[in-house]
Amino acid sequence: MLKSGAALETAKMDPIDLSPLDPLVEPYLGKKEMVIPVLQKVQEHYGYLPRPAMEGVSRLMQIPLSRLYGVATFYAQFKMKPRGRYIIRVCKGTACHIQGSPKIAERIEEILGVQSGVTTDDLRFTLEEVACIGACALAPVIMVNDNPHGRLTPDKVQAILDSYE
Amino acid sequence: MYEKHLMICGATGCISSGSQSVEEALVEALEMHKIRDKYRLVMGGCPGFCEVGPIIVVYPDEVFYCRLKPKDMAELVEKHLVGGEIVERLLYKGPDVDAPARFFDTIPFYTKQKFNVLRNSGLIDPEIIDEYIMRGGYSAFTRALDLEPAAICAEVKKAGLRGRGGAGFSTGLKWEFTLQAPGIKKYVVCNADEGDPGAFMDRSILEGDPHAILEGMLICGRAIGADEGYVYCRAEYPLAIKRLKIAIEQAEQYGLLGQNILASGYNFKVKIKEGAGAFVCGEETALLASIEGKRGMPRPRPPFPAQFGLFGKPTTINNVETLANIPLILKEGGVAEFSEIGTAGSKGTKVFALAGKIRNTGLCEVPMGITIREIIYDVGGGIKGGRAFKAVQAGGPSGGCIPAELLDLPIDYDSLNQAGAIMGSGGLVVMDERTCMVDLARYFLSFTQKESCGKCTPCREGTKRMLEILNRITEGAGIPEDLDTLDSLAASIKDSSLCGLGQTCPNPVLSTIRYFRAEYEEHINDRYCRSGVCKALFNYRIDQQRCNGCTACSRVCPVEAIEGQKKEPHAIIQELCTRCGSCIEKCPQDCIMITPVGREADVSS
Repeated sequence: MLKSGAALETAKMDPIDLSPLDPLVEPYLGKKEMVIPVLQKVQEHYGYLPRPAMEGVSRLMQIPLSRLYGVATFYAQFKMKPRGRYIIRVCKGTACHIQGSPKIAERIEEILGVQSGVTTDDLRFTLEEVACIGACALAPVIMVNDNPHGRLTPDKVQAILDSYE
Repeated sequence: MYEKHLMICGATGCISSGSQSVEEALVEALEMHKIRDKYRLVMGGCPGFCEVGPIIVVYPDEVFYCRLKPKDMAELVEKHLVGGEIVERLLYKGPDVDAPARFFDTIPFYTKQKFNVLRNSGLIDPEIIDEYIMRGGYSAFTRALDLEPAAICAEVKKAGLRGRGGAGFSTGLKWEFTLQAPGIKKYVVCNADEGDPGAFMDRSILEGDPHAILEGMLICGRAIGADEGYVYCRAEYPLAIKRLKIAIEQAEQYGLLGQNILASGYNFKVKIKEGAGAFVCGEETALLASIEGKRGMPRPRPPFPAQFGLFGKPTTINNVETLANIPLILKEGGVAEFSEIGTAGSKGTKVFALAGKIRNTGLCEVPMGITIREIIYDVGGGIKGGRAFKAVQAGGPSGGCIPAELLDLPIDYDSLNQAGAIMGSGGLVVMDERTCMVDLARYFLSFTQKESCGKCTPCREGTKRMLEILNRITEGAGIPEDLDTLDSLAASIKDSSLCGLGQTCPNPVLSTIRYFRAEYEEHINDRYCRSGVCKALFNYRIDQQRCNGCTACSRVCPVEAIEGQKKEPHAIIQELCTRCGSCIEKCPQDCIMITPVGREADVSS
């Protein structure tokens, strides 16, 4: 499974366009406490945190690259690898767990052939887990990008995935 | 003037069940009748009853329509809005009412509730400050402006408000400590990092009534002498963040935030910081580190944030629900009104998120001291599918489970602590006989283990060792000594962890061992999971006497492990069965049983 992630990195060797970086970081210059919002903006733009962009942020904000990575790898939100067009987030909250979210996750893994945290080779989907999206009343729930899908059973999964091309 | 207001629940729960397309269909139906401008549509806050969403409440008629589909909108417009006749078909119906129920007071879900914190949720448009002000908003703040800071702290203390986010510390006392701490620069922080899986009340308050939080922060700032506040909100709550941003902008325009507020000389501004996905950031010192742009790791206390908080300055950190209570206390006569509700040690109301195997899932606000039975059976409508109640998990991964024999336990901070659970943020996840308590304990521990920041050894290593043991038990390789080992590990982790996350993470294990020891022993000694959850520890079997060969099970089986002729009893080929549970959900005869592995014994599900 790890293979597809590695293959993907070599496949996606397009040079990273760093020109948007300056305007992204500009409002935060000199405010080292704003490093998390800066990384959030950078990730919003690139979809993940590419190494060259991290180096750029480090230079612009004058924060050592090591510390930047220390912060970025601490938080679940930050991704170091490119991700798919659609991010499937399987809620792993308590309510979802006891209502069968492990079975939903299993079915998605079967269909996509990737495990949690991995992107499909065609860059269509990235499968992730999330602690709780707070729609417990509709458990089990998954989010595809910003769309929640609730009250799932394993047999509903295929149709949902098919609706995201 | 509008003829009627239609409040469409626009909170995350109802949006997931399709309220947006309902709203679109409603607009279309109104336009078709050319009456769009006579009605005000508000995609507002949440009336709490997520189970029956999407919900529309029509005011001033106060009619509660639920389980709506886009195709119902034509009829709603034609009959109710044009014809003036209630559409009975779309009212609330259920086993707990004799006739379709028109509004809150006749729906059993609402009858025992008391709306204080959720007073505006679902009633006002959260994106319009005037509606909050019209409901008495910001009047408590203007009253507080005339009070001495110490007097504000005293009122909050006298009201008996305790923190709604976890430990239940006296809010007034917390404010007093920060007020007394030396320093000119101080901060107010609102902890909206609602990370407990199974809790969503803070999100609902932020989405439905964001100004209540701002007013609470303004009063807190006045009381402790702060001029700056932060709301630390989970990034997973985009709608809450959006509404909060709008609320801050509007409050600034009205001069309720900024410099020299209402010509009082008091300055206060509020900033939003989005979390980045780390459960430990709900812990106050970790949260502060995260606002400062560092890894969100806790530090030893003392010094407490009241002395040494954000950027080293005295800081008060309050949870969303705590702050939403503040305007109620500071209004004229608020202290007496507030402390009238509740028990001796726990005043006011508490919002709970009901989830799990309960019929009425959603958000409810009840007076402190109500029993668990009342919440589950009267408000919650009992267990889904008529199964037996097994336990309720209170307080998320830091809390514990409460078994059936304690159903009459009153809900307040102290009785919950005694029972081995905590109030926590107020998530109540209900479990029935098909929930395995060992698996539940394993689930919580796998959560805390993943979220452990790794700074202190007892939490980092201890949770890992405990999780290994629980994994082993649920996989059928448990040994009798495991329970003692779990007990002793739990005790060390509780005693020696650095922060609240570590100190409370053994609670789910301890409380399940305390109340469901027999279930652990059955897993270890008999290699049997009677709830049918731990896949290595049970088989499904079809009762040959009762099966009528309807083929519902064999059609749904993904691995073709069920054989049998139509209208003849079916059987499961154990070698092929993956125990996915699809068949047991589909069987109309309830004749698929959970039985011990390798035994034909008839142990019914």
